[in-house]
Amino acid sequence: MSIKPPAGKGLLPKLVIRPEYEVSDIAQAQISDVAHKLSLAERIWNINGVRKAVILLALVAAWQAYTVGFDVEPLMLPSFSISFMRLYNDLFYSDLIYKVWFSVKVLLIGYSAGLVLAALLILWATATRFGSDFIAMATAMFNPLPAIALLPLAMLWFGLGTASLVFVLIHSVLWAVALSTHSGFENVSPTLRMIGRNYGLRGIFYVLKILVPAALPSILAGMKIGWAFAWRTLIGAELVFGASSGSGGLGWYIFESSQNIDTDAVFAGLFTVILFGIVVENVVFRNIELRTVNRWGMQQ
Amino acid sequence: MAERNGSAAGKKPAAAATQPILKVDGVTLQYKTKEHLITATYRVGFDVYPADRFVLLGPSGCGKSTLLKGIAGYMKPVEGAIRLKGREISEPGPDRVMVFQEFDQLLPWKTVKQNIIFALHNGGKTDTVAEAEEIAMEYIQKVKLTGFEDTFPHMLSGGMKQRVAIARGMAMEPDVLLMDEPFAALDALTRLQMQKELLQLWEDTHFTVLFVTHSIEEALIVGSRILVLSPHPGQVKAELNAHHLNHDNVGDKKFAKVQQHIHDMLFADRILEEDVKPGARG
Repeated sequence: MSIKPPAGKGLLPKLVIRPEYEVSDIAQAQISDVAHKLSLAERIWNINGVRKAVILLALVAAWQAYTVGFDVEPLMLPSFSISFMRLYNDLFYSDLIYKVWFSVKVLLIGYSAGLVLAALLILWATATRFGSDFIAMATAMFNPLPAIALLPLAMLWFGLGTASLVFVLIHSVLWAVALSTHSGFENVSPTLRMIGRNYGLRGIFYVLKILVPAALPSILAGMKIGWAFAWRTLIGAELVFGASSGSGGLGWYIFESSQNIDTDAVFAGLFTVILFGIVVENVVFRNIELRTVNRWGMQQ
Repeated sequence: MAERNGSAAGKKPAAAATQPILKVDGVTLQYKTKEHLITATYRVGFDVYPADRFVLLGPSGCGKSTLLKGIAGYMKPVEGAIRLKGREISEPGPDRVMVFQEFDQLLPWKTVKQNIIFALHNGGKTDTVAEAEEIAMEYIQKVKLTGFEDTFPHMLSGGMKQRVAIARGMAMEPDVLLMDEPFAALDALTRLQMQKELLQLWEDTHFTVLFVTHSIEEALIVGSRILVLSPHPGQVKAELNAHHLNHDNVGDKKFAKVQQHIHDMLFADRILEEDVKPGARG
């Protein structure tokens, strides 16, 4: 019955037999120390906004230090303070705010129309295999097409107005959102699908009550990408075809300023886009995530 | 133990008089992969009576989980019929609730209580939220999760998640509760605890449960009747009684004897298979 030891038995460590023991009364008093409060500094550093603000301030400080310290020609790269003052002045003492409003309005129309169309397309794709094939083909075909490349066509079809802008915005939002939502749906676990069917969910209810929440991380990622694409497309389109229907938006403001070699104003325009980016990402999307996917443990 | 024996013996004549709640009749189940058509079960038949703790036991590849999916309505038999209360099963429905092995069977976007309410509401069990909430709390208490009703599933341990899944299934009061290796992913200590709790719950309401496992010991502890299946494809090997066995018997002679008997039944195939293989190669 004895197990044959391998060659060189003497080299193997010996089993050390120790006395047994049992603890009859585990000290209860110690347990209150298991969790203790974090220090104030740790708690402040744990706030998401604080850490992000530090990053922002560091970037601004580096920019300001470089431009002032090395005495950079303001026409090439104005300092942060000059650009920021320009933004402040143009927003409150010039018509920049109307240009921003014009752009944001078009952006929201295009973005929401893109989302609605994406939702309809996705519903079709989940209901039928043909719809699913269509999404796969259409995203493969149209997603790589830059919206700006479609702009001349859009202008030909819809004229020099908001309609053309909305058309290219829809193009840039639709495929990005549809693609990520569709792949999100495909990745929903078979167990959750079976649970949904077990409790009698079908059709639109099955999509809304099982697929959408289960694929929400992908859907939100798609919506963020769509939002960024929409801004790029809008600013790009305005740069290309300038003032439409008299007023013109943020892109036109940037274009006009660069034509006049008014570099502070170019930066003021870029700031506006960046500020929107920060607010939408950190306030809108962040709050949606905190209330949904983070809370549900689907995203850390 | 004597009490369990007594009650089971007392029920026997009644069971003979009542009709089976679930009739599986010559069922062949097949599924397709990219290259093969796989026969999971071949002409399997058995009857489940009300209050049965009916166990499908067999090695992996005997089609026991596929059979459960067929009963749940996720798969259609290519041959034979599955009837619940005389009605042929054609699609999934809330009269046969499934409890899965996977921990991700709870909806992560709903709390413990909301998961149960979701089932009651969509399964058409309750009309009002208040009613659903009351039933949900009752079953949360039954599976000893009071205080966790507003917790999201990702904060729970594996055993607690399975308890919620069982509570959700039982709250539906289905004709038959289908359990697909519900304790297989748990650690041994939690599994033992869960088996005991399941038996306690059964003592309360005598619900009908169909339980799939590959563990002979678990089958003997949990089951009142055991269907032993052979692999590739699954065919009925035996139907045995286990109502007289539970945790208290583990390790005693009676238990060991049945365990050995089933073991031999399943193992005989293995040996034959291994005998055939070298010959086939040569």
